[in-house]
Amino acid sequence: MIRKRVPIRDHQAEAQLFFRRAVFCMVLVTVVFMILLSNLYRLQVTGFQEFQTRSNSNRITVLPVAPNRGLIMDRNGELLAENIPVYSLEVIPEEVRNLAERLQAVSELLDIEPGDIDQFVRQARISRRFPQLSFADNLTEEQVARFAVNQHQFPGFSVEARLQRHYPHGELFTHAIGYVGRINQQDVIRLREQEQYANYAATRTIGKLGIERYYEDVLHGKVGYQTVEVNNRGRIIRTLDFSPPSPGRDIYLELDVGLQQVAKEQLQDRRGAIVVLDANTGGVLAMYSNPSYDPNWFVGGISRDRYSSLTSNPNNPLINRATQGRYPPASTVKPHLGLLGLMDQIVTPTTRIWDPGYYEIPGVERRFRDWRPHGHGWVDLNKAIVESCNTYYYDLSLKLGIDRISEFMSEIGFGRRTGLDIREENAALLPSRDWKRGRFGEPWYAGETLSVGIGQSYWTVTPIQMATTTQVLATQGRRIEPRLLKATESAEGLIYNAPREHPPIMIENTEHWQTVKQAMANTVSTLQGTAHTAFRGAPYLAAGKTGTAQVARIADDIEERPDIEDVAERLRDNATYIGYAPTTRPEIVVAIAIENVGGGGRNAAPVARALMDHYFKHQREDERPRTAIARYLVQPETELADADH
Amino acid sequence: MQTTEERNRHPWLARLHIDGPLLLALLALSIVSLFVIYSAGGQQSDLVVRQIARIGISFAVLFFVAQINPANYRQFSVLVYLFGIALLIAVLLVGETGKGAQRWLNIGVTRIQPSEILKLAVPLMLAWYCSQGATPIRFGQVLVGLILIMIPTALIAQQPDLGTSILVACSGIFVLFLAGMSWRVVTMGGLLAAGSLPLLWFFALREYQRQRVLTFLNPESDPLGAGYHIIQSKIAIGSGGLEGKGWLQGTQSQLEFLPERHTDFIFSVFSEEFGLFGVIALLALYGFIIFRGLLIAIRAQSMFNRLLGGSITLTVFVYVLVNIGMVSGLLPVVGVPLPLISYGGTSMVTMMAGFGILMAIATHRRLNISQ
Repeated sequence: MIRKRVPIRDHQAEAQLFFRRAVFCMVLVTVVFMILLSNLYRLQVTGFQEFQTRSNSNRITVLPVAPNRGLIMDRNGELLAENIPVYSLEVIPEEVRNLAERLQAVSELLDIEPGDIDQFVRQARISRRFPQLSFADNLTEEQVARFAVNQHQFPGFSVEARLQRHYPHGELFTHAIGYVGRINQQDVIRLREQEQYANYAATRTIGKLGIERYYEDVLHGKVGYQTVEVNNRGRIIRTLDFSPPSPGRDIYLELDVGLQQVAKEQLQDRRGAIVVLDANTGGVLAMYSNPSYDPNWFVGGISRDRYSSLTSNPNNPLINRATQGRYPPASTVKPHLGLLGLMDQIVTPTTRIWDPGYYEIPGVERRFRDWRPHGHGWVDLNKAIVESCNTYYYDLSLKLGIDRISEFMSEIGFGRRTGLDIREENAALLPSRDWKRGRFGEPWYAGETLSVGIGQSYWTVTPIQMATTTQVLATQGRRIEPRLLKATESAEGLIYNAPREHPPIMIENTEHWQTVKQAMANTVSTLQGTAHTAFRGAPYLAAGKTGTAQVARIADDIEERPDIEDVAERLRDNATYIGYAPTTRPEIVVAIAIENVGGGGRNAAPVARALMDHYFKHQREDERPRTAIARYLVQPETELADADH
Repeated sequence: MQTTEERNRHPWLARLHIDGPLLLALLALSIVSLFVIYSAGGQQSDLVVRQIARIGISFAVLFFVAQINPANYRQFSVLVYLFGIALLIAVLLVGETGKGAQRWLNIGVTRIQPSEILKLAVPLMLAWYCSQGATPIRFGQVLVGLILIMIPTALIAQQPDLGTSILVACSGIFVLFLAGMSWRVVTMGGLLAAGSLPLLWFFALREYQRQRVLTFLNPESDPLGAGYHIIQSKIAIGSGGLEGKGWLQGTQSQLEFLPERHTDFIFSVFSEEFGLFGVIALLALYGFIIFRGLLIAIRAQSMFNRLLGGSITLTVFVYVLVNIGMVSGLLPVVGVPLPLISYGGTSMVTMMAGFGILMAIATHRRLNISQ
């Protein structure tokens, strides 16, 4: 039975069968290998270009490299704005799960004020310029080390070192130099309009104020590019190609650290502003507005608390009083008005009037009072300036008339922006008949002309305007635009900034200049002069004019402000002063405005004295080449731009 | 006559029960493996050192296995098979908690993988079963054979380990085919398998396995998710071009865009760095090994030896096919290593044991004759 079931095995046939099947398998293997190979051929030969491109785009990334921002130095090469390395904690929000919780954890680890994490998380969601955001700036070495040890707990976080703007002198130069801040949405829009956006591809900050803003183009430089190979986590493996950024150019300002410090010390805690000009070039040697604030707060993004402490400060530190502060010029305009009287032959140097202590317009009941109750007696122009006689000017201004006053004062530079190279400047106000009609819809009254005649009424000036209009007197008619920029670094050396000068004021009889200037010199040097006390014993001859401005007109505004506690203090007079020195061949011009301190002779003139003392003490030292930059000075181009405005 | 000539040419190899050409090809692959692993593993020498150790162990196993007369394997076929099944059941009962979704990295996850034993146990069992009677085998034997295949395949697929279960199933089916399963059954079986695909889709495959198939069908649909591996692999292979980017120069692998670089996707690394020319050489090497194996099987004296040798050889072919097909986008991603090139221990040892059996078949037969 069993035998029948199991057939007799034909080993030969079985071997044949296996052979056939094995050969079939060989054919199958060959065919399948051919299919595999043809597919690989399709990938590696036919699709080579495409896959090579995709492979390269996988690994090659072009990264912009931010240029180093140009340095800012004072006239002697002392650093005013530098770039220092800082460590910041950066985070790529997309790589972090549960961002808010991780931010909280890292804040605790590094012992940093977490700030507004919700706000940060919200900001991380909206579109932004960089894949990574800076969560905390200015980490200490210890914080960096502590993070490094715990880095594995914080994927998506990293500590980055980069250069950050730093202002070593803090608040001393804030209003002149300004600061850089993070590029915000408005900046982006502006950069796009200027087709500069690509140049800022790697830049985080931009000039927001002052010199930093005005000379942004010069300071910023040109972006560079780095072609890098990255791995699949975006980490840079190596640099394939590098076209370096061209750094921004260093600039030298006309400012002098020493003089600026004197200005700050002189103002102490008084509100006000000081401007010192180089009489011949218009270079701004000092420009200080008090109170000031630390510009470094703004560089990495200012905290909300700090910002509101600035905005809510009743002393308005954010305002640049030197260029935006509007002060009644008071008696400081008397030399200018006197000059106009001489020019228009309304008075001569010897013309005298009797001052009983008041002035009356025929037909008007009101008496216009002089500051000296019983008057100055017989007053000529010299005495009117030296003793600051109001009555003389009531008479003079009435005879000049508002139209002539507005016309000439505008020509000198009142009521106009000076063209200083920062954007924060106010034109202040030079009143005129037209202005009043446009502003109030009212005609001009003669009484108002009298107020204008002593630098009150609607007339306001900025300290920088006070300085430039004084410079016109000191230089006998030259109208030079004030400038903060002294020179710009270039490959060939320093390129000097040529002063821009408008056509001078021409007077037929140039002796009129001398008359007015002599009166200003007498203000300082004669016993009756309002600035005499302040300049007693000065080793140089100075000229000047004091001013004491009533602020009662703006008292209404002040009373409405609940944040000002001491209202009485705010009603005190402003002290103003203009001056220059030496009297022959003037070198510097000084303008000072101090709020609510009282008379100009007592409060502002001593400040001018201190500034001039400092200047002349160090001027002698300056005659020696004392700075490093002196070595590669390029001859300044004395081409004076005569722009018509 | 040829036999005696070969013996005379390599008497010492025959005495060591080593097939010279096969050994040379295996050594060549091992050397290639070391170079590619060094490149794929971020140029770490410790990976290479460990791979050298594995190769050493594997060749020792090969040498040991080759010394045993195939007749002994036949005796223990059933026992080995039952032992393997028992281990699989044990894994099913004990390993349920331990086995997670670590399918992608299945190599080396567990020290002992019973499924590896089945890669040899199934061909042994099927070869034993089919050589009991005369060939060609009858339809009933085919059915019994299929059941013998299905049991371990299902158990392994359950783990889940799709790659190994496919290899185990193939190794068994190859035996049936080589044993003369009628063409009609082959055709019908093929049709039946195709017809049951929808059933498999809905009932047998798990969600992630379905996802893998979908990804395979259209990898670009999800370039950063599941399709990422396939896309990056194709970019690696394609950007290699004809001549390749050069050893250690493959950016896709060096910069870690490729997944599983030194294990399952090592062929992509090789293709990127050595190009189509390198690929042709590698496939020629595999082709040579497969042809040599089939030749040994053809020359074998007993049907058991033939079926066993043929099955082992063709399983190597399936490894190559599935792995290369997978990384070049022809087949879905299944965790199958590239034989003797991929970094990893267990499957290499199993495979070398298989080659050891092949060598035993090649060399012991002659000694049998001389006896």
